[in-house]
Amino acid sequence: MRSLKWLISVFAVSLLSGCGYNTIQAQDEAVTAAWSEVVNQYQRRADLVPNLVNTVRGFAAQEERVLLGVTDARARATSINVTPELLNDPEALARYQQVQGQLTGALKSLLAVSENYPQLRSNENFRDLQAQLEGTENRIAVARNRYIAAVQAYNVTVRSFPSNLTAKVFGFESKANFTVENETAIAAPPTVDFSASPAGG
Amino acid sequence: MQADAPTVPRLSQRITDQAEVLSAPRRASLEAALREFETQTGAQLAVLIVESTQPETIEQFSIRVVDEWQLGRTGVDDGALLLVALKDRVVRIEVGRGLEGALTDLTSRRIIDESIVPQFRAGDYAGGVEVGLERMMQVVRGEPLPPPDQGWQDGAKGAQERGSSVVELWVLGVVAIIWMAELLGRRIGRMPAALTVGSVVFGLLMLLGWALLFSLLLAVLSTAASLFVQMLPNDLKSSVGGTSRSARYRSDGSWGGYGGGFRGGSGGGFGGLGGGFGGGGASGRW
Repeated sequence: MRSLKWLISVFAVSLLSGCGYNTIQAQDEAVTAAWSEVVNQYQRRADLVPNLVNTVRGFAAQEERVLLGVTDARARATSINVTPELLNDPEALARYQQVQGQLTGALKSLLAVSENYPQLRSNENFRDLQAQLEGTENRIAVARNRYIAAVQAYNVTVRSFPSNLTAKVFGFESKANFTVENETAIAAPPTVDFSASPAGG
Repeated sequence: MQADAPTVPRLSQRITDQAEVLSAPRRASLEAALREFETQTGAQLAVLIVESTQPETIEQFSIRVVDEWQLGRTGVDDGALLLVALKDRVVRIEVGRGLEGALTDLTSRRIIDESIVPQFRAGDYAGGVEVGLERMMQVVRGEPLPPPDQGWQDGAKGAQERGSSVVELWVLGVVAIIWMAELLGRRIGRMPAALTVGSVVFGLLMLLGWALLFSLLLAVLSTAASLFVQMLPNDLKSSVGGTSRSARYRSDGSWGGYGGGFRGGSGGGFGGLGGGFGGGGASGRW
């Protein structure tokens, strides 16, 4: 009978340690899923770039500097090997965010420059690519926001009492998140001076 | 001075016209068309006309609306929203994941540029909405979707509530300890039992590597609780054993859960069925 009580006491204590474990697991999975969505959308954008560059080059070959800038930025953005460990390393995530932000900036420059070429702007192919790019940028924004929300939920659980103890026991750490301030600074394109152009139509 | 973000209106009909640009008969016919469309294909199309989405962009507002309305069926994600911000002079088609194959970003942009904007520029908002919806429906018909009946079954599932209720487990744990202490108490006396329980809890928690302070705290609590419970008259002790249905919190970060609003019946109210959106679609200005 004594051993039964010991058994019960151990069981009771293990019940306590079950607190939050399932929650952490579920939220961890949610973070991973949200992250792969973000990566997918960034990849989707990178896939649009070669076509875009070629189309612009067809009309505005003299803007080689900007075109090369976009091509380089894309190469850098796709060169980072995205692994799940990235989420636990804030520096790696910041780097990833930075190269993607640079591609955003380069694309903004490209689109700004293309305003100078009415033939390009009215080209069907270019407008299609523009529409696709805008759509992808929106998807990226949505995916990022969802990732941020997922990481916040996870981090709150991992830091709050009592689940932070469970987290410590099983080795769950806070995950890295996007920093909004960085992004806006990096994405600011170099100012391109041109005379006021009419709205596209 | 920063204005507050606009509130997402409650979903009760397929066409929500806050700016009142659609006449009643026009709106009725469009509602009927959309209802018919849903009966035939299962896809849920809706229209929202607002004055302005400021200070948010139309994209930011749009995704908030569809995340709440959850147009389209769970798993199929066959919903789409036509959102018009009159004062901002911007229109957006927000496309659910399941319709992105047919209603691509490009196609949405074309519908807006070719069909909707020209009408809006001429001041015919009702006409623009109508022709926009027509084209959207035409495009969506080309998308292979599961038949309408199947969708209803899936809608009931939604996202399951994951994660344990922390409070419930805690109560369970403490109750188990108390019960065990009581059993022990009958053998070796009240106080020794409480102390044994306290030290056992303390010891095991320390073994698991938890903070010293926490272990101490919980040990003290367990001891006190054991003492207290054993002093209660017999009939009260049983009531302590009941676990409380305390607040279950939604701790997962998933989207596309239960459908918002209530189920749309024939001629009844309209509600989303848990469809998910990924930010696809297009916007346009006029």
